[in-house]
Amino acid sequence: MHSFTYEQPQTIEKAIGSTGRFIAGGTTLVDLMKLGVELPPAIVDVTALPLAQVEVLPNGGLRIGAMVRNSDLAHHPEVLKKYPVLSQALLSGASPQLRNMATTGGNLLQRTRCPYFRDPTSGGCNKRNPGTGCAAMEGHHRMMAVLGTSDHCIATHPSDMCVAMTALEAVIYIEGAKGKRSVAIGDFYKLPGDTPNIENVLEPGDLITHVELPPAIGSRQVYLKLRDRASYEFALASAAVVVKVDGGHIHSVRVAMGGVGTRPWRSHEAEAALTGKTANPATFKAAAEAALKNAKPHPENAFKVELARRCVSRALKMATA
Amino acid sequence: MADEPKTNSALRDDQQLLELEPLPETGNKSDLSFGGRVSRRSFLSGLGAAGLVAGASPLSIAAAPAVVTAAQEAPAASVMINGNRYELAGLETRVTLLDLLRERLYLTGTKKGCDHGQCGACTVHVNGRRVNSCLTLAVMTAGKEVTTIEGIGQPANLHPMQAAFVEHDGYQCGYCTSGQIMSAVALLKEPIGPTDEDVQHGMAGNICRCGAYPNIVAAVQQVRAQNPASA
Repeated sequence: MHSFTYEQPQTIEKAIGSTGRFIAGGTTLVDLMKLGVELPPAIVDVTALPLAQVEVLPNGGLRIGAMVRNSDLAHHPEVLKKYPVLSQALLSGASPQLRNMATTGGNLLQRTRCPYFRDPTSGGCNKRNPGTGCAAMEGHHRMMAVLGTSDHCIATHPSDMCVAMTALEAVIYIEGAKGKRSVAIGDFYKLPGDTPNIENVLEPGDLITHVELPPAIGSRQVYLKLRDRASYEFALASAAVVVKVDGGHIHSVRVAMGGVGTRPWRSHEAEAALTGKTANPATFKAAAEAALKNAKPHPENAFKVELARRCVSRALKMATA
Repeated sequence: MADEPKTNSALRDDQQLLELEPLPETGNKSDLSFGGRVSRRSFLSGLGAAGLVAGASPLSIAAAPAVVTAAQEAPAASVMINGNRYELAGLETRVTLLDLLRERLYLTGTKKGCDHGQCGACTVHVNGRRVNSCLTLAVMTAGKEVTTIEGIGQPANLHPMQAAFVEHDGYQCGYCTSGQIMSAVALLKEPIGPTDEDVQHGMAGNICRCGAYPNIVAAVQQVRAQNPASA
């Protein structure tokens, strides 16, 4: 690892005022520093900041501090009761050890597992090194995205938590040099376009302080993750669905996908094909088709299109059973 | 052996406890003799028993560092490891907890498998929670309590989980074993479901290339059954 300075500010003000890369659980940053992908000269440890609370909001929603550990969030009684899809998503990801270390803020900011991104010796990666091309497209890209891609980058966003939070319409709260602001999770992540090195709307020095979840639109919630082995593996395709069913009809629904998008993928197309319809296999199939309609597969990941369709269908079936 | 260690009733007749190699009383890096009390491990360590004695004053673990700027050293703070306090001052910020344990403190029970949080061989407890020490910066353990496999039990006084692993033959080469045991001990306090499949998922962060998984699950389930309050 390269050398870096380290400080641990005790106040949010001090954290925002310092220049350096924030570290909390370190499960992404230390990993990437060892690989030589991230080389920050200064590290700012934000784990001492008072941001580790989970609080019920007056409107019945939930406020989740950025420093809350993934394991604590997954097992929190309010999450289990009101947002089970979030707990399922968190528990499907990583390992118990990693979940004990990783934080809400860090999980939002985790980076792609693309092997070319993660290996600085591997040749072109526009995300890691703008302008050098995308070695994955001509090389190995089985795990890469089919939605939201560009000619410059097809890297998948790997998080499970973010998919559930997308279906739950989370709002991300940020403090920075320009003060406080909030960004809906659907607006937080950028598509790669021709600047895949820019992944989200954070400005230098911005700190995610917490996430707020509005009351869920439905109590039937499922996170279905399909992958090469039963644990400790990233998604080939995943789906988070939140449904309110009313006498056999879908009153309201939210659908988000993982493993297939360059960012956590909210599917308004699927939702439009579901709302007001009867909850049956034909409806689910139509929604799944709509969800993947604009998929742009590459040869090695083309299987993901049908897999993701079936994942969405199956998740809807499980949620409405 | 002249002094038989206390036998553990969990051992079968064909098993025996192994004595750990004793560290020499004086650590001397230039002592090259392999005879007498100097073991290969102590030759490599040069630290000696004195380095691991708990004392009133914290022990400094930084060897004379290469030229680093003051800001690249850990700020003055200490960490408790297996009940002993160690000063972090002078330690480079890029040292991981895993390397601190193995390279500086010669607590080599914790293993480096992948060094990237993907295998679990490096699992230790920080403030009672299982974590991957390979992805933990040592400086970030300041003010915390770390427990390693050395702190869980001793040959003459095995932790029930260690005894269960022995009883159920929960290992072959042994390289993943300390991580498995540390993970399993922490799991006792986590909300894991009752079935073998639940244990498999609960232990998913520890990979065993030898495939001792069924025996590991059996060992864990035995300890859980014996300790219903922690299940």
